[in-house]
Amino acid sequence: MDSALASEIHLPDTVRTAVKLLIAGPFAVGKTTFVGTLSEIRPLRTEETMTQAGAPVDDLTGARDKTTTTVAMDFGRITIGERIVLYLFGVPGQQRFTPLWKDLARGAYGALILVDTSRLEASFDVIDLVERQGLPYAVAVNRFDGAPVFPESEVREALDLLPSTPLVTCDARDHASSVRALITLVHHLLAADAPQEHA
Amino acid sequence: MKARRRALVRPHVVTGGRAHPSRNIFDLVTLVAGTGRAAAGLSPEKRRIAALCRDGALSVAEIAGHLALPISVTKVLVSDLVDSGHLSPRVPTPADEPSKIEILQEVLDGLRARL
Ligand SMILES: Nc1nc2c(ncn2[C@@H]2O[C@H](COP(=O)(O)OP(=O)(O)OP(=O)(O)O)[C@@H](O)[C@H]2O)c(=O)[nH]1
Ligand SMILES: [Mg+2]
Repeated sequence: MDSALASEIHLPDTVRTAVKLLIAGPFAVGKTTFVGTLSEIRPLRTEETMTQAGAPVDDLTGARDKTTTTVAMDFGRITIGERIVLYLFGVPGQQRFTPLWKDLARGAYGALILVDTSRLEASFDVIDLVERQGLPYAVAVNRFDGAPVFPESEVREALDLLPSTPLVTCDARDHASSVRALITLVHHLLAADAPQEHA
Repeated sequence: MKARRRALVRPHVVTGGRAHPSRNIFDLVTLVAGTGRAAAGLSPEKRRIAALCRDGALSVAEIAGHLALPISVTKVLVSDLVDSGHLSPRVPTPADEPSKIEILQEVLDGLRARL
């Protein structure tokens, strides 16, 4: 860490509230791209070492042998107004990362699940993980060149989404498109959390 | 089509425990800043964390990312540094603490302003 850069990496003094959102999806669906497109800082990467039994390795000398596996997460940040910072964590959705998910989901406001229409079934695991953590979520189809285009109803049915779960299309390489996908999620979280108003 | 049960569990907000900080209150997005206390006597890793946070606040995840430390290790070290008075958690003052709905509304407005 170059201390000359330190002044550029810190949060403004007025920021006191952090919001965590997960950008989840299967291998190579565009999680890192999405986070990088939106982040105001150069995205950072952290690694967590899990034991085979699923517990995070909790000390600096933790044996990194065959019984441990390393999970990488990219994340970025967006400062909102004067007092809030939004953190976006790109997280892999394989079932074997379940222990890591418990930790990630704690305190998270919700998740945006990225899917690729050429392999929708690759997203089943991650939808399952997010639901089991009780996290509200929206789904974004990350549009890849040459990937099949299905009617929304077919994607919904294949992914077994509730009618109330938002489904959008995005291009993780495009800023406005990625912002729109995130807006869809936050709008959904707000609707889920606001007191229901019945006339 | 099999009906999925809608997620009703609210993510619980980790608060409190300020008098006796314990490791499990430190989340990836817990914000901490240096207090200016001298780093003499700290281990090399703790010194690096104290130096990184000297001039402002960062999340636990950012500390881990900048210093290439595993998250679980970083949580323990940050927790110790809070206990020893080298770092302090940055939290809203009770009077200024926004509700979850206010937070989400501000995030929504902030994102819309970016379009
Ligand atoms: N056409 C197209 N390509 C994309 C899009 N988003 C990502 N890509 C490309 O897809 C590849 C994988 O993207 P990543 O962002 O690395 O995906 P990831 O989910 O982080 O992958 P892992 O971390 O390895 O699981 C890269 O070559 C990206 O450039 C998109 O919206 N459209
Ligand atoms: Mg990635």
